[in-house]
Amino acid sequence: MSAVLAERRVVLPARSHLDWLESEAIYILREVAGQCQNPVLLFSGGKDSAVLLRLAEKAFRPGGFPFPLMHIDTGHNFPEVIAFRDRRAAELGERLIVRSVEDSIRRGTVRPRTQTDSRNAAQSVTLLEAIGEFGFDAAIGGARRDEEKARAKERLFSFRDEFGQWDPRSQRPELWNLYNARVHAGEHVRVFPISNWTELDVWQYIGRETIDLPPIYYAHRRPVVRRRGLLVPVTPLTPPRAGETVEELSVRFRTVGDVSCTCPVASSAASVEQIVAETIDATLTERGATRMDDQTSEASMERRKREGYF
Amino acid sequence: MSLLGEIERSQVVDRGVLRFVTAGSVDDGKSTLIGRLLYDSRAIQQDQLAALERASVRRGIGEIDLSLLTDGLEAEREQGITIDVAYRYFATPRRKFIIADAPGHEQYTRNMATGASTADAAVLLVDVRKRLVEQTRRHLLLARLLGVRHAIVFANKMDLVGYSQAIFEAVRDEIVAFAAPLAFATFDVLPGSALRGDMVVERGAHLGWFDGPTLLERLESLDSSAEEAASAPLRFPVQLVSRPQAATARSYLGRIESGVIARGDEVQVFPGGRRTRVRALAVQGAPREVAAAGDSVSVALADDIDIARGDLIVDPQIPPREARALEATLVWLDMEPLRPGGRYLVQHATRRTLGRIRTVTSRRDVHTLGECPAEGAVAANDIVRVQLALQAPLYVDRYEAVRATGAFILIDEATNRTVAAGMVQ
Repeated sequence: MSAVLAERRVVLPARSHLDWLESEAIYILREVAGQCQNPVLLFSGGKDSAVLLRLAEKAFRPGGFPFPLMHIDTGHNFPEVIAFRDRRAAELGERLIVRSVEDSIRRGTVRPRTQTDSRNAAQSVTLLEAIGEFGFDAAIGGARRDEEKARAKERLFSFRDEFGQWDPRSQRPELWNLYNARVHAGEHVRVFPISNWTELDVWQYIGRETIDLPPIYYAHRRPVVRRRGLLVPVTPLTPPRAGETVEELSVRFRTVGDVSCTCPVASSAASVEQIVAETIDATLTERGATRMDDQTSEASMERRKREGYF
Repeated sequence: MSLLGEIERSQVVDRGVLRFVTAGSVDDGKSTLIGRLLYDSRAIQQDQLAALERASVRRGIGEIDLSLLTDGLEAEREQGITIDVAYRYFATPRRKFIIADAPGHEQYTRNMATGASTADAAVLLVDVRKRLVEQTRRHLLLARLLGVRHAIVFANKMDLVGYSQAIFEAVRDEIVAFAAPLAFATFDVLPGSALRGDMVVERGAHLGWFDGPTLLERLESLDSSAEEAASAPLRFPVQLVSRPQAATARSYLGRIESGVIARGDEVQVFPGGRRTRVRALAVQGAPREVAAAGDSVSVALADDIDIARGDLIVDPQIPPREARALEATLVWLDMEPLRPGGRYLVQHATRRTLGRIRTVTSRRDVHTLGECPAEGAVAANDIVRVQLALQAPLYVDRYEAVRATGAFILIDEATNRTVAAGMVQ
């Protein structure tokens, strides 16, 4: 060991679980920058991707990000989220690419049955089109293994073939911290730097780092109807059905996605501290409480992932 | 003089993260044990339980089967087996835990090696009625081969032997005798019942004669690999070089894999072996005087040296070995067998070079892990000793001494698949 060290007593600052997770995520982001030619970071304006942006700042500042940001816009958005997305990208001074499902519908590559159909799954088509358009070889996303069963076996660097498909049987083994991001032309990897974070970790980190979020993550009053155990927000895209009673409740969103499939939970938590406390006490998982699309079948997330979904 | 005891962490309340691997077969109660850890630490939520109930009823299983929590993929559910490593999470006020749950059967070696490669500890189960079976021996040997420092054997199903102290002690003595030569840093055998919840999170009422810790207490108290790696010599592989403006000095981005680095320290850079000093140091964006294994850092050096991604910054007193050929143990991972004489990409820390497998010198028996002659094709799940010629030198340590600079993977250039995990001898 170094002579300098041998002569002194080294007291290191304690490393909390958030420090550990942060350090791992920074390492992964830097590996993407080191190994990939043309990566992109998917930024939806949601809390997980807001955390990714903070991690990217820690990984690369004072330099610029070695990748642009990209949002796949379903056209069914909460306006607060889009406003936040644009403001955040401008504050960071980083390039934001927006590609929309609406354009895929015009091209005929997405064919919704109705205008109000959930466009959550259709995002995969637009995402793969955008990856092809720009020739991205890596797409960084904020998915976490604790979100859903099909994600528990997801790699940190997840290989997608030239059709953007995920084959759970042909994933590359990941040993130590030796990630293999090599792809042939037309293929890409999805990279999930916060795979090992739970919903609670994310909220604790948002609190510690005072990360700005769209206001709908905090308690607010909103008209909703009760449907299949969920609180469905009443919007032009999701009007009440016959026989349903519209109530105005204090709610917050735990996840934010396409308006037509994202539901809030009843809550009066108006601060990060209150949300952390609620998350510790939560009796439902993040997706179970909030996503209509994941309730369709036991394996619906896996099916969508195979087709190119995040 | 050892640094051990000199490095300490201030105000350790949240001890960070501990990763452990579990391995075992369907009937030894491993899934029930994981379910019990998650359930008693309140990491399972109501809708997951409800989904479990529905799935258990649909498949004609009477009571809730906690093992269904861990078989995530459709193909696995159809076949009723698990085929891949699943990651699970739970936390206590002291620590966050990451479980790598490796299935015990088909492709067990590859899965166990994957889970063990990042594990601080291995938690293995024995059915106390069956005592020490071959599978447990193999898992202990594999955990040791992959450098896992701590092992805990949970002697399960104590409820089925009337919580007998004599039966437990006989099993414990047998296991301890087998594991002693493996020299784990810590080794524990704990009695309990995953099904009844005895000695997992709660002590339960039936094992009053046992005065050791519960499984969770033991996991909370183990040192993590990062804590231990801080006492090893400095190894800092450079991931990226950052130079935001032409006028500013370069800084080197990466994670300290072992040892400690402090402002003013003398360091040595490989390849080349030039020596210089640490001019400035930042951890996760904030300036610091000292940083240690596990920290993602930015380092500025006193002298302008040509350094690129893949270079290694080290402690000059204990430098790594320059290797143009490696004697290594390989765990073969790919469905396509090893091509003797074949060319593969070698990924070591942040550097890649080409390698050629010159000879397969011996093979490890997958049941006993004993050395035997190298005969026949090397297929998935085989463990072999090889001689690997390198196109350009690598700066390595023995895997036993420094995990991060003793480990590498082989990548097939044509398919880009990760085909083998390697450990430098």
